[in-house]
Amino acid sequence: MSDMLLEVDDLRVTFPTRTGLVQAVRGVSFSLGRERLGIVGESGSGKSQTGRAIMGLTPPQAEVSAKKLAFDGIDLLSVSPRQRRSLRGNRIAMILQDPKYSLDPVMTIGRQIVETLRTHEKVSKAEARERALAMLQAVQIRDPARVFDLYPHEVSGGMGQRAMIAMMLVTGPELMIADEPTSALDVTVQLDVLKILDKLVAERGMGLIFISHDLRLVSSFCDRVVVMYAGKVVEQIKASELRDAQHPYTRGLLNCMPRIGFERHPLPVLDRKPEWAA
Amino acid sequence: MSAETIQSRRAWLLSDRPASRLQARLGRAYVSWRRFSANRLALVGMLIIIALVVVAAFADVLAPYSATVGDLKNARLLAPSAEHWFGTDDLGRDIYSRIVYGARWTLYVVILVAIIAAPIGLLVGTVAGYAGGWTDTILMRITDIFLAFPKLVLALAFVAALGPGIENAVLAIAITSWPPYARIARAETLTVRNSDYIKAVQLMGASPFRIVLRHIMPLCISSLIIRVTLDMAGIILTAAGLGFLGLGAQPPLPEWGAMIASGRRFILDQWWVAAAPGAAILIVSLGFNLLGDGLRDALDPRSGDQ
Amino acid sequence: MSVADNQPATAGRGSDRAVAFASSIGRFLVIAVTTYLGLLAVTFFIGRVIPIDPVLAVLGDRAPTAVVERTRREMGLDLPWIEQFYIYVKSALRGDFGTSVLTTNPVMSDIRRVFPATIELATLGTLIGAIIGVPLGVLAAVKRGSLIDQIARIVGLIGYSVPIFWLGLLGLVLFYAKLQWIAFPARLDVVYEYTFTPITGFYLLDSAIQGQWDVFHDAWRHIVLPAALLGYLSLAYISRMTRSFMLNELAQEYIVAARAKGLSETRIIWGHALRNAAVPMVTVIALSYANLLEGSVLTETVFSWPGIGLYITNSLQNADMNAVLGGTIAIGSVFIAINLLSDLLYRLLDPRTKAG
Ligand SMILES: Nc1ncnc2c1ncn2[C@@H]1O[C@H](COP(=O)(O)OP(=O)(O)OP(=O)(O)O)[C@@H](O)[C@H]1O
Ligand SMILES: [Mg+2]
Repeated sequence: MSDMLLEVDDLRVTFPTRTGLVQAVRGVSFSLGRERLGIVGESGSGKSQTGRAIMGLTPPQAEVSAKKLAFDGIDLLSVSPRQRRSLRGNRIAMILQDPKYSLDPVMTIGRQIVETLRTHEKVSKAEARERALAMLQAVQIRDPARVFDLYPHEVSGGMGQRAMIAMMLVTGPELMIADEPTSALDVTVQLDVLKILDKLVAERGMGLIFISHDLRLVSSFCDRVVVMYAGKVVEQIKASELRDAQHPYTRGLLNCMPRIGFERHPLPVLDRKPEWAA
Repeated sequence: MSAETIQSRRAWLLSDRPASRLQARLGRAYVSWRRFSANRLALVGMLIIIALVVVAAFADVLAPYSATVGDLKNARLLAPSAEHWFGTDDLGRDIYSRIVYGARWTLYVVILVAIIAAPIGLLVGTVAGYAGGWTDTILMRITDIFLAFPKLVLALAFVAALGPGIENAVLAIAITSWPPYARIARAETLTVRNSDYIKAVQLMGASPFRIVLRHIMPLCISSLIIRVTLDMAGIILTAAGLGFLGLGAQPPLPEWGAMIASGRRFILDQWWVAAAPGAAILIVSLGFNLLGDGLRDALDPRSGDQ
Repeated sequence: MSVADNQPATAGRGSDRAVAFASSIGRFLVIAVTTYLGLLAVTFFIGRVIPIDPVLAVLGDRAPTAVVERTRREMGLDLPWIEQFYIYVKSALRGDFGTSVLTTNPVMSDIRRVFPATIELATLGTLIGAIIGVPLGVLAAVKRGSLIDQIARIVGLIGYSVPIFWLGLLGLVLFYAKLQWIAFPARLDVVYEYTFTPITGFYLLDSAIQGQWDVFHDAWRHIVLPAALLGYLSLAYISRMTRSFMLNELAQEYIVAARAKGLSETRIIWGHALRNAAVPMVTVIALSYANLLEGSVLTETVFSWPGIGLYITNSLQNADMNAVLGGTIAIGSVFIAINLLSDLLYRLLDPRTKAG
């Protein structure tokens, strides 16, 4: 087998709607080792649907197809739903955008972390609690024992997102998909959360897919960047070589990033050409 | 009409850039209608209500026998037959004919309740919403108090004091059914009260009375109609319940609830006397419920949870 | 949403909460008191203002003149209305609703006697409605658009549209007359009326406590049909509301998160979505219980069930105004109390509203 963690070849996600078929993802291909891959693109370009298709969280009405979709040599499209589920949250994890909506509001944070653990591993209650507390510590929550018993609405957004990371990392997954993990947070805490994520990914040698529409953030945080437009990959590039990007869409995204000290008039407008989507 | 004219008419209705206010309004109505008529159950409901109205209007033609005078000597408590489709009751009256005439009383009740209760609710709600402050607090407290009452029991007590009879039953039901309308009207008023449109009217010097009457009330009508339609079944059931208890329509009126009450005495042997009017109530309430659901889903896409 | 969102929620929890809790209790009391006063004002209006001669309304027109005069004085009809109302409220709070002409007992003692029968019926009805209605609503939401969803919808719509007294009569024809599965309309067979001594007034419970299983069986055969009918009404309401709450919860992000954790669908539906839906469900079940208390008026009449509903309708037929209004206040009070309690319960169950 290959030493690739994840191989995606010609991934397609199609939604049937009242007005016809909507192709949210149209032939995305990339592969991933134990590295950090960023996916950028404007809103609606299919980033989330790509991530969800890998997780197996595509809505039931949608159709997923691919020439190859394999995680650690396991063909994700042909395994049973049961096996797929045992991968989810165990070996592949996902962080969602907004902790305010993605944590169960009527369950304490501690129980939600313990729940992930006990779904995938046979551990005693006491041990699960210990590991959950340790995990809360690892995401730099100062008073884990107290936060353990809090409800999601009782913590701030930043702390909620750390709890979310703890909930998803407690099983020690090998691949983490982070779908705009900081977009819903205050700028002041965005960096804290990113640093924690960065550190954990590095320490544990995980593969990471980092979805964002912030190209600068992605380029500073990831090893490689996939640029998506209208459901397709228009460019794959090393983060360090981003300045030399070829594709006009990528260049457009780069130009839109404000830089201190440069006054620019008029403000650049993102160029879109139909042929890029073809 | 050729296919092309239909096609172009549809295009005119669905135009993205309506040229006149009329076109926009018709276009919106057409879209709602398409959504409504795609819902088969709602169409069934509408058919039932249309049938009710037709039966009530042409009762004289549709009913083969008198609703009040029966053949006491030869036709008491006959089982359903070709001659008497639903059988006859203890006074020898044809039950089918009585049900046909009963449609009139059903319509009478729902229409009267609607035109008493809906305006009360509309007035209370719009005034409370527009005036705000103490007026709002007090009116809404009263509304909530009425909302917290058991409706049927209260209607019973009202009729007990007013005396039995279909008019008093209507009054009692109306008194107990306005609060939800007030709530709805207030909510709608609050959403438009601070709009630029109302501000403009205020600046033009319109009196509050005129603003509420001419500019706010019309905006509440469509949600009110949906709610009233959804309530119709409840009104029919309450009226029938009062009739069943002998508090609503009095004999010999062919009101369905009262007919069930009179059939109750023979229920074990001549079950059809009570069965037919009850089925009529069930069908008509079902019709209103289906229609109301359909209207709500068509006019208010937010609540489209089916 | 709540204030705690943008702060670590470390400071000021205790005192803030205490204040919020006190103010929500205060609000609760204001609502309870005004609603109850409103109920009394309406019954006062019905009993004293509408009738041309309230004394005749209370006593009927065959009462001796002496009694009429005494009652007139007792009711304080010569006083101004506001004072009359004050006296009315005072005696109502004491539980004094006058005397029933029909039974010659104080109305309050009559009510105390008949109420357990209604409670027993409504409780059993709500139990049936919730035990079937909640799972039905959940399944309908999970398998939206499927056969079971359609069935739930039709069952619910018919429940909303059917005259309960008619269904009861048909039920009697079928299950009592034809199939003989159930007992004739009453609460117990006559044989047991004399051998059985109730303790709480809930016959199923009483007979079970005393180990009188023959009585239990008989009581069951009497209650099962009316309770099933009320259960159907409550099922219609509960299943429909459950479905709509569940659809709402299943569309939330935390459901996606739960799936991403690798939880089974069963666990997601019953452990997460339903747990969240349970908070508003409590209100719905309480409301449905209150509605059944009211719905019992018609059901009890059909099944000769000696509860408050039958008491009111019997009194109505005999123009026994004190009893009618006393019964109305009794049902109204319980109805209001359940409404308010469900609101309170909602606050207790939802961690987000604990602060008020
Ligand atoms: N349930 C759905 N039904 C139909 N189409 C959908 C559905 N979900 C997503 N899509 C389509 O898929 C496309 C891609 O959606 P996706 O959520 O992946 O975008 P995104 O790149 O994550 O955007 P954003 O930055 O806004 O999150 C959208 O344009 C949308 O039209
Ligand atoms: Mg997205």
